[in-house]
Amino acid sequence: MCLGVPGRILEIDDMTATVDFWGVRRQIRLDIVDVPCRIGDYILNHAGFAIRRIPDETIGDTLSLYEELLGSPEDDLMGADVRGELEAARRNGDA
Amino acid sequence: MPDRLGEAREVKFRDPELAGELGRTLVSLVDDIDRAPITLMHVCGSHEQAIAKYGLRATFPKALDVIMGPGCPVCVTDAPEVDEGVWLARQGINVATFGDMLRVPGTRHSLADAQSEGGKVHVVYSAAQVVSMARKDPSQEYVFYATGFETTAVATAAVLLSDPPPNFSVLSAHKYVPPAMEVVAQNPASRVEGFLAAGHAATITGYGLFEPMAEKYGIPIVVAGFEPLDILAGLVELVRLVRDKSPRVFNAYPRCVSREGNQPALRMMWQVFQTSSGVWRGIADIPDGNLRMRPEFECFDARKKFSIDASVYASEADLALVKDCICGGIMSGLASPPDCTLFRNRCDPQHPVGACMVSSEGTCKIWYEYGGRPDLSEAGRT
Ligand code: SF4
Repeated sequence: MCLGVPGRILEIDDMTATVDFWGVRRQIRLDIVDVPCRIGDYILNHAGFAIRRIPDETIGDTLSLYEELLGSPEDDLMGADVRGELEAARRNGDA
Repeated sequence: MPDRLGEAREVKFRDPELAGELGRTLVSLVDDIDRAPITLMHVCGSHEQAIAKYGLRATFPKALDVIMGPGCPVCVTDAPEVDEGVWLARQGINVATFGDMLRVPGTRHSLADAQSEGGKVHVVYSAAQVVSMARKDPSQEYVFYATGFETTAVATAAVLLSDPPPNFSVLSAHKYVPPAMEVVAQNPASRVEGFLAAGHAATITGYGLFEPMAEKYGIPIVVAGFEPLDILAGLVELVRLVRDKSPRVFNAYPRCVSREGNQPALRMMWQVFQTSSGVWRGIADIPDGNLRMRPEFECFDARKKFSIDASVYASEADLALVKDCICGGIMSGLASPPDCTLFRNRCDPQHPVGACMVSSEGTCKIWYEYGGRPDLSEAGRT
C-alpha cells in the first residue's frame, strides 16, 4: 500500500485529473498534492489521490522500476501488489 | 511450498556501480563500528518487500541486522477492531475495505467469513469509491472500513471533507506510526539502534516530525525511499550516524521529502482525525497510535452512528493456535518469522494464523514468499 502507482495526467478538471496507468484510465483527486500539476505530468497515486508529482528527472527511473515489477512472475508478491492496484483501477475506474 | 529461504538472489540494480560503491561504504562503516549485531529497524511493508525481493540482505555485512518493525497497517489492526466490521456486516450494512483486510482474523471471524455468510462486504481501492457506491444506492448504508497509516488517512480525510452523502460513514482503524516507533525506542528489550523511516509517509508528514524523537531517545532516524538503491543509500547514512553516535534525522530521500512535509494534506488529516491510544495487535497499547474521528465528524463516524457491539465475539475466542503466533514480537523487533513454531508449518498464506501472514506487507508473508535472512554460508559468502 505504501508503494503507490505512477501515472500520466491526460486531463484536468478542477481538482480531479484523468490519469493513464499503463493503459488504464482513472479519475484521481489532486487535493493533496502540494505542487501544481499540469497535463503531461506524472503523479504517484495512493488510494485515489495524487500524493506527489514525480520530478521530471526521476520519471524514467520510476517507470522502469514499475515496469520491472509488472513484468515479474505471477506469484511475485511485490509485482502482484502493483498489478492488483492496476486491476482494482480497471474494475473501478470512473473514466 | 516454495522454499526460497536461504537463497541469495542476484541483486539487479539499475546503477550497479553506485550500488557497489554504497555496498563497500556500508561494509567499511560496519567495520569501523566493529561489533555485532548492529540492529536497525525500518517501519514500512514496501521497504521489507524490496529488501526481500531484491535479496538485499545477502549484500549486507554479516554484523548488520535490518529488521521490520510495525510497518504493516493491516497487521496491527487489532482483533476487536476487525470484530466491529464483522458486526456491521452481520447487521446487513455494506462494509467496504481494502482487499488485504478481508482475511485478517478477528476474535473469531474475519470479514471474509462475514462475506461468505452473505454479508455485504466489498473490496475497494479508495474511500472515494465507497462514496460513489453510497451515492448510487441512497437507501443503503455504506461504511468504509478505513485502515492504513498517515498517507492513507489523508485520503480518507479528504473524502470526508468533500461533502459525502449521509448514508456514508467511516470506521477508522487508521494508525499513526511515530508513536509506535517511540514505543520500540523505549522498550528496554529492544536492540534497535536506528530507524529507517518510510519515504512516502514522510512525503506527507515531513522529516522534521522525527527530530524531537531522535533527540528524546538518542536514536538516529533516516528517511529513505523504497527502491533498492534508496534503501542502500539510507542504510549507509543510518550506519554512519550510529558510528558517529549522532542521534540526528537525515533525509536520504530529498527528491520527495521536505522538512515540513505536505502542509495542506496534514491540515486535512488533523481537521478530521485526532490521536487516541489503542492496542496495536500483538504489540502494545500505543499512546496516540490510533487515528479516531473528531466529534465534529460524528455523523460520519460509524462508531457513533451505529451502536456497534462486538463484545459478543470476545467470549467465543478460540485461542488454541493463535496463542503461539508471535506477530507482536516480530513487529516489535524482538523476533523473526523462523522463531515462530507455526511458520511454514501450520501457518502459510493459504491458512494464515496471524495477520502478518495475511497482508502482502506482513513480515511473515514476505519472508514466506521471498525468503528472509539468507544463509550466507550456503551461498559461499562468508
Ligand atoms: S508465522 Fe503465522 S503464526 Fe507465526 S508469527 Fe507469523 S503469522 Fe503468526
